[in-house]
Amino acid sequence: MTTEWHNKTAREIRDAVRDGAATATEVAESYLDRIERVDPKVQAYVDVWRDYALSRAEAVDHKRRKDGALGALAGVPVGLKDVFCTRQGYTTCCSKILDGYRSPFDATVVERLDTADCVFLGKLNMDEFAMGSSTENSAVQPTKNPWDLERVPGGSSGGSAAAVAADACAFSLGSDTGGSIRQPAALSGCVGMKPTYGRVSRYGLVAFASSLDQIGPLTKNTEDLALVMNVICGRDPKDSTSADIPVPDYTAALAGDVSGLTVGLPEEFFADALDDEIRAKVNDAVKTLEEAGAKTVEVSLPHATEYGIATYYIICTAEASANLARFDGVRYGYRAPETHDMRDMYVRTKSQGFGAEVQRRIMLGTYVLSSGYYDAYYLKAQKVRALIRRDFDAAFSQCDVILGPTSPTAAFRIGEKTQDPLQMYLSDIYTISANLAGIPGVSVPCGLTESGLPVGLQLLGKPFGEETLIRAAHAYERNRDFDMGRPPLTQGI
Amino acid sequence: MSEIAREDVDYVAGLAQLELDDATKERLVAELGAVLGYIGKLNELDTSDVEPMMHVLDMTNVFRDDEVRESLPRDQALMNAPKTDNEYFLVPRILDTD
Repeated sequence: MTTEWHNKTAREIRDAVRDGAATATEVAESYLDRIERVDPKVQAYVDVWRDYALSRAEAVDHKRRKDGALGALAGVPVGLKDVFCTRQGYTTCCSKILDGYRSPFDATVVERLDTADCVFLGKLNMDEFAMGSSTENSAVQPTKNPWDLERVPGGSSGGSAAAVAADACAFSLGSDTGGSIRQPAALSGCVGMKPTYGRVSRYGLVAFASSLDQIGPLTKNTEDLALVMNVICGRDPKDSTSADIPVPDYTAALAGDVSGLTVGLPEEFFADALDDEIRAKVNDAVKTLEEAGAKTVEVSLPHATEYGIATYYIICTAEASANLARFDGVRYGYRAPETHDMRDMYVRTKSQGFGAEVQRRIMLGTYVLSSGYYDAYYLKAQKVRALIRRDFDAAFSQCDVILGPTSPTAAFRIGEKTQDPLQMYLSDIYTISANLAGIPGVSVPCGLTESGLPVGLQLLGKPFGEETLIRAAHAYERNRDFDMGRPPLTQGI
Repeated sequence: MSEIAREDVDYVAGLAQLELDDATKERLVAELGAVLGYIGKLNELDTSDVEPMMHVLDMTNVFRDDEVRESLPRDQALMNAPKTDNEYFLVPRILDTD
């Protein structure tokens, strides 16, 4: 019996491969075998790159045999949300309109993982064009929550979260426009970070809402989070919005010390909409941090939860309606058959190629940008966005991090919210304001509900304050007095 | 109160280049109406003195040198196109000349 590497963290795998305790090939085989066993149930992957993963692993092993100098994530098997352009395989955003699309280039984050000697396992399921909070909007398949197969994993990076939770990759990358990394991380019981806007290059990330989109890792713990952040962050000439700010060594933040740290608790994050069980778990986490030496202070974010969702659904749909106009059947992607002129080709291609939620958002975005409504909606939303950012600036003058729940509820049932778009949108109430303000946020597991579903603790930080977030998240993880355990699915398989 | 009428949905679908059947249009009248009703709460706020926030980063124009660089080779640029003549993208005719 070989070692079950799929149970290990990215750091453990990297160390084993570097030290020669394992080959990248045996690690890759362990994960590919794991995917074969669990993914028919979880449905996290939309494409598994078996041959490519094994050839990459062999290349890493060859490199080690030759000169021994290996990258920061040597031999670590990673899964990619299908929103990242990859020369390998397909890039579809789980949409019919990009069915069969092959990118001629790699996203910058993919190149960086490649340079760090990662092994790519394949592409992960998502809500079509990252629009959704449950992964039910995928044109390919729904993904199941490994903790309860009748429930959603969250979304839109639901495949990325479920794959980490089911040990079907060591870590994954997702994208977060309104909570799409943090909310599925919370619902599926893993760690997920949305870095500051500009911290990670978006080159090769298929655009949803360009002023809000950000790439980040989903990992098994905060140590792996720091390792992956070290690799993916930093300026990229191919993304002019990537910030020219030095990247610290995030692993230096894994000291476990929070003495002197002030944690802000916004009353609005603990208001009535919050499920009682979630509230109790988050309050326990506050106690844990206090016992570890952190101070707490009450802060107020009067606009963040009250007006965040309304602001978000104007800005994100407006930007999406512009970004998605490029899918017109001319240069790539689906084209409707038998059309008689250009306009007819555009209309039928979009109408047949985009799913219901994407069409709904294009309609809303087109409406709020249309003549006569621009000032009332889009301009108004940009002004309220400024007020939300001011709320955070004021709160961060009193504290180092802001703490609250990631999601108002634990994982909901498949189908429970698909008939009511507004209810689905409200599941992002605590995550959305970080995207509007451009600040970083992380979700860390903070316990299980009575029915055994994971709960996520959210920490928000100052712009480019990821080190402090990782320090606080790691200290919490190390000091909590329970073990999250593993999903029932992973036992006995 | 309905925030959006059937005619609005017809008009916006035209702008968005979407062809929707009657049932979908009726559904969108209700769904978009509910979302726009919720969005209307922004009018509770007086924002007359607030500058709109276009972007979260404190950066203006980002310039680079205007150098000639290698671009995507033609075969790769065309490889995903639904229809080409190996040199250009082919599309249905634009003007109705019949």
